[in-house]
Amino acid sequence: MQTLLKSTPFRYALNASAIIGLYAVIMLLIKTGILNRYQALMLIPIGFNIILAASLNLTAGFLGQLPLGHAGFMSVGGYAAALFSMSAALPTNVELPLALAIGGVVAAAFGLVIGLPALRLKGDYLAIITLGFGEIIRVIILNLKFTGGAYGLKGIGRQTTVTWVYICVVITLFIISTLMRSRHGRAILSIREDEIAAEASGIPTTYYKVLAFTVSAGFAGVAGGLYAHYLSIMDPSSFGFMRSAEILVIVVLGGLGSIFGSVVSAIALTILPEALRGFADYRMVIYSVLLVGVMIFKPSGLCGRYEFSLGDSIDGLCSRIRGIFSRKGGVSDGGDS
Amino acid sequence: MTLLYLMINGLQIGSIYALVALGYSMVYGIVKLVNFAHGDIIMVGAYSTWYIMAKYSAPAWFAALASIVICSALGMLIEKIAYKPLRKSDRLSLLVTAIGISLLLQNLAQLIFSANPRMFANIFTGTVTVGERSFSNATTVTIAVSVIIMIGLTVLVKRTKIGKAMRAVSEDGEAATLMGINVNNTISFTFALGSGLAAIASVFYCCSYSQIQPAMGGMLGLKAFVAAVLGGIGSIPGAMIGGLCIGVAESLTKGYVSSQLTDAVVFGILIVVLLIKPSGILGRQRNEKV
Repeated sequence: MQTLLKSTPFRYALNASAIIGLYAVIMLLIKTGILNRYQALMLIPIGFNIILAASLNLTAGFLGQLPLGHAGFMSVGGYAAALFSMSAALPTNVELPLALAIGGVVAAAFGLVIGLPALRLKGDYLAIITLGFGEIIRVIILNLKFTGGAYGLKGIGRQTTVTWVYICVVITLFIISTLMRSRHGRAILSIREDEIAAEASGIPTTYYKVLAFTVSAGFAGVAGGLYAHYLSIMDPSSFGFMRSAEILVIVVLGGLGSIFGSVVSAIALTILPEALRGFADYRMVIYSVLLVGVMIFKPSGLCGRYEFSLGDSIDGLCSRIRGIFSRKGGVSDGGDS
Repeated sequence: MTLLYLMINGLQIGSIYALVALGYSMVYGIVKLVNFAHGDIIMVGAYSTWYIMAKYSAPAWFAALASIVICSALGMLIEKIAYKPLRKSDRLSLLVTAIGISLLLQNLAQLIFSANPRMFANIFTGTVTVGERSFSNATTVTIAVSVIIMIGLTVLVKRTKIGKAMRAVSEDGEAATLMGINVNNTISFTFALGSGLAAIASVFYCCSYSQIQPAMGGMLGLKAFVAAVLGGIGSIPGAMIGGLCIGVAESLTKGYVSSQLTDAVVFGILIVVLLIKPSGILGRQRNEKV
């Protein structure tokens, strides 16, 4: 029993069934009308915020470098995806994934080109230079012809559905969490812990820094594509510094280096402003006060570095139940741990 | 002549950037925090000056002085409430707190004064004629006052006791404590000084742009921050040079290239400087120790 629970195929099967189960629950809630149309539509921004936060967490949380230009990659991916889907006339179920893939690849390419020079800098200077690149991307998009300039793009097909967002979120979280559990992930973590020591141990730090940065930018591009096909308009002014700051806030509030934390905090921070709509004018004030309050009282973020794992949770639960039973029987076999 | 005109305009906006950049630079030097709320202090300064003048029909000099006092107090208050509890924790948490404070100030201003822009009457009316060209008094006063303030600030930091304490704390906070320097008071003073300078900058800014709105601090703050980094963050003369460079570059781009590309040029200069000399024009290179 115990070995079966810990075996990799079983874990994969468990997670896969949980993912399908969660999807079924969401769909059931929408179909039965428990989640109304408005709430169901809220699932889409929650989804792309999860992708943005998880991808930023890869650089900010795991790599330990602070980029402030995430919105720039999001806009590049969004524009690339939107321009593709506006010029191509394919069936939706082919067009959207292709557009998202193109958005992701283009954003990753930008991430690579920007990351190579920028990652020579460290700490605050890296933050500032990525901020600079983010702003430059915005200004250039504002001045190009084919991106529509200040008017932005209009009439992008509203193709983003809850299902597509769900698939993208699952793929993103799967890739990032498996990456972090691999040899490459450990190399990335070692750079966060001590870059000089990592380099001395023979880890090609530049390679891994650029790798993490590129992957992170790529997923931001996918999120941008989802965003474009959700709002059906792209407006360059919505990808300024404040958007990057918003994503960073989600990551730090959830806990740097916790993907689970990013998911929780993306859900919370997307719903919160909507839930506070009843307070009308006061909602953003309450939002910012809550943000500052959480940071003062729990500086490591809501989840710290805690990582949720379904298999481990079930393991823990099983051993606890076994512990209770063995105590009842009067035989203690050390089952409770 | 156009070149001279553009240069002087650039120096005017550059002086405003420099005043704001000084606040960023001093705060960064002393607590290693990029204080994103600093831009919104400018906004608070602008609104308080405008409010005091409009509501109590007070003279402009009184309104400006009052707004300096209000901003200094606000700067100290923010530091005490939001930044001090986080001084020992991760620097990213501190940064997010600063972003939170910035959002809070913006939204409070929106709540109290509404999002509509308000008109701000120019305090310094009239013009000065030099040769064939005439410059508005706002330009001359801005440049003159900024120069005086920068000289005063240099004297303050180099020659006075509190200036010495500021330099000591930014060099090594713990060693400064051991030498009997009250670190908390020094940090409070730095925040008050920076916020006061932001208030002065806000008055000059409003005189040349005549419009105030809750989000005005965002881009202005960001560019002043770029100026601080350009000159070498943590260095006071660096902040001045950086501010003036950014102002002149912006003005020349507006005059000769395109007014839409100014932001790209400003950030482009930043990137080039960071890649060539990451510590900025006057910043000191700090070697990494194992």
